[in-house]
Amino acid sequence: MVIYREIYKVKRGDFATAGEASAKIKSTLKKMGIGPAIIREVAISSYELELNLVIHSMGGELILEIENGKMSLISKDIGPGIADKALVMQEGYSTAPESVRAMGFGAGMGLPNVKRHSHNFSLESEVGKGTVITADYYL
Amino acid sequence: MYKHSVRIDTRRCVGCTNCIKSCPTEALRVQRGKAKITDERCIDCGKCLRVCPHGAMVAMSTSLNELGKFKYNIVIPSTTLYSQFRGLSNLEDIYAGLYAMGFDAIYEEAKAAEIIAEAMTHYIRQSDVAYPIISCTCPVIPRLVTVLYPNLIDNLSPFIPSNELAARIAKEEFCESVGVPREEVGAYYISPCAAEITHIRAPLGMDKSEIDGVFAVRDVYAQLLPFIGRTNGNPDIPQTIEHRAGAFGLGSAVVGGLSMAVGTEHYLAVDGVDNVVACFDEIENDHMSGLVLVEAMTCAGGCVGGPLTFENQFVAKNRNRRLQYSQPRLDLESDPHIQKYVNSPMLRYDKEFEPKNILKLSDDVIEAVRMMDRLETITRTLPGLDCGSCGSPTCRTLAEDIIKGQAVEMDCIFKLRDKVRQMAQEMVDLASAHKRG
Repeated sequence: MVIYREIYKVKRGDFATAGEASAKIKSTLKKMGIGPAIIREVAISSYELELNLVIHSMGGELILEIENGKMSLISKDIGPGIADKALVMQEGYSTAPESVRAMGFGAGMGLPNVKRHSHNFSLESEVGKGTVITADYYL
Repeated sequence: MYKHSVRIDTRRCVGCTNCIKSCPTEALRVQRGKAKITDERCIDCGKCLRVCPHGAMVAMSTSLNELGKFKYNIVIPSTTLYSQFRGLSNLEDIYAGLYAMGFDAIYEEAKAAEIIAEAMTHYIRQSDVAYPIISCTCPVIPRLVTVLYPNLIDNLSPFIPSNELAARIAKEEFCESVGVPREEVGAYYISPCAAEITHIRAPLGMDKSEIDGVFAVRDVYAQLLPFIGRTNGNPDIPQTIEHRAGAFGLGSAVVGGLSMAVGTEHYLAVDGVDNVVACFDEIENDHMSGLVLVEAMTCAGGCVGGPLTFENQFVAKNRNRRLQYSQPRLDLESDPHIQKYVNSPMLRYDKEFEPKNILKLSDDVIEAVRMMDRLETITRTLPGLDCGSCGSPTCRTLAEDIIKGQAVEMDCIFKLRDKVRQMAQEMVDLASAHKRG
């Protein structure tokens, strides 16, 4: 049973506010007294997921959910969806356009990085519908 | 016992919201019309001292009258002290003035800074350290980290602040060469910094500070002024000290000075407490890969921008540079005094840093989650103007204070106005209901 939920809307291409949701999530977790090691992992993953929503998605939500003993970061978007799910998990693979790479993003480390910094990782996607990425942490 | 160096002069405090809104750790509240410091949140950064327009924030320092408490007195002049005087070209003038004030020995903070820089040069090459290493030259930095960034405790440098090292070395060498017991010797630091009083009263990472008193730079200024430019060539006035710092040590009063002396290009020098907070957030998010050394200074500009100084920070910075260039760039690696101490345990903190965990709402995670839920609910009912009239810096902090039982919803003047309007309406209704009778 989910005992706590925070939902942040993330807009496509909105670099001005990118990073705000993950900063708020970090501050929430500090208030909850979650261990520093987990906060560090969540800070890294949530920033990656948020930036992915800004850069690659058509818009979506970053959600923090807490259950007894478990915490989840969920990134949900409304498209475009990922065709080759194995390929996006390869380090170095990126579909980021040149303009975004010029800003220092799109090195193709995003999703592998989220996976590395989570206890359990899942990726569901359908082209034309959207993507749901879940990173779980056991407390 | 209250251990912080900032005290509130309640006669001057008018209960405005300038200080509460500027505090980086949200340690200040206005209660019953006066500002109040939350002891465990304050990191002694001195920001409130700067923003208070009424002079109600008072930085404490040791009174000069305390000289004489010990039989022998050692002085540790801060590197910033030198940059306060117009027309100072010979540091001998400062030394002469300090001897004339009654000090028996002088040990420069700048010299200790060189020892720490040399030790840091070795330390950054070690493979088993957490990068980036966060320098503890500024005494506020470890306090900020233990309060807001417990994640970064492992990144803190193992080396103590240079003034503390100066006191340790100076006492040891003085007692040895003069042959006196340690308890007869006091060490006094001439400080630009508001955090030093706290450092002596409640040091972090050590049981006891070897610094016995902290004089404010601006209190000593007038005592030294008569000597500036006057001592040249007079053999009757002692003007020498044993271990003089070179350009690198003098540079440590300005942010970036340590990094220059350490000689790594993978460093980040950041000054001003808000910038330090922004920088630590990025380190915590792992956005600073490849970074080796972070030299963070709480005061804008570095120690030259300290609140106990006399001179404007930019004037001081400019003078500091000129003094630096007038001194030799000592080769830290071949200086025998530096080499004598570079591997000494005296350079290191004696104890681990403990996280303060002031942010968490409850020790029990589930309880904290419930409180967080209520906090969010209350925050949504507040106007979101962050006006500070309730005495808390933001609406969110008021909500936090409410769930902790330290404030009530009616502290919000907008909430209060709504309530008054509602009650007035009820009275009108009540009055009209009685018209018939």
